[in-house]
Amino acid sequence: MSPILFWIFVAIMLFFAGMVVLNRNPVASALSLVVSFMALAALYVSLDAYFIGVIQILVYAGAVMVVFLFIIMLLDLKAEVRRRMNFPAVCGGFVVILLFLKVLSDVCYGVFGGNAKLPPISQGPQGDAWQVGMLIFERYNLALQVVGTLILVASIGVVILSKRELK
Amino acid sequence: MVTLNDYLMASGLLFAIGFAGVLLRRNVIIIFMALELMLNAANLSLIGFSRFNVQNGLPDYNAQVLVFFVITVAAAEVTVGLAIIVALFRARQTTHVEDISTLKF
Repeated sequence: MSPILFWIFVAIMLFFAGMVVLNRNPVASALSLVVSFMALAALYVSLDAYFIGVIQILVYAGAVMVVFLFIIMLLDLKAEVRRRMNFPAVCGGFVVILLFLKVLSDVCYGVFGGNAKLPPISQGPQGDAWQVGMLIFERYNLALQVVGTLILVASIGVVILSKRELK
Repeated sequence: MVTLNDYLMASGLLFAIGFAGVLLRRNVIIIFMALELMLNAANLSLIGFSRFNVQNGLPDYNAQVLVFFVITVAAAEVTVGLAIIVALFRARQTTHVEDISTLKF
């Protein structure tokens, strides 16, 4: 992928991630998050991770965000009224974030030295879905079954949590 | 050319935006969405490391399997979290974190 496309997708991703935080209306926030995840999937494709890119769109931009929108509309949330901000907390938040960015840029551009160019790969006849599938079903089979049990427990837990009265 | 540093910077900026959302917003659902942004930032750096660690002409697919598991667990986490938010809304009629301070010390 050309560097121009990379920066365009990074700009889309960061802009709409910012809109998630800045929008007052929760529905607008959720839709911005969908666009941000789409641009993130494009970045995955630029890294030759086609399977993860497709999963990102299907699971995140599709299923998870539909659940979010469903809950927002079910609760009928209005746009948030402007409340008096807790000024020390906001300042503290900005200071923490700026320090985080300083440490990050130091690590990335100073110490770490990850200026490697994108190395060429030869995936052969099998695509990356085949490679990931072989790893999941052979080497990480136990983890896959544990995750399956986790999802089962989560869905039972959700059913119990949404009963009308907890006893 | 795009280098590994660029991907890591993009991932770090995404994480910082999600972090800012958790610290600054007061609506539980928006805080939850910002948490999702932070999870995705970690996924982006994982895929970046996978692609730049080439052995025998292939990227390191172990990282992609880890991203697959992170996405699965995040989906389960979203369902449970939203169920808790709905139960909370039924009990208190609010999603504003400053109105829910029973556990506050």
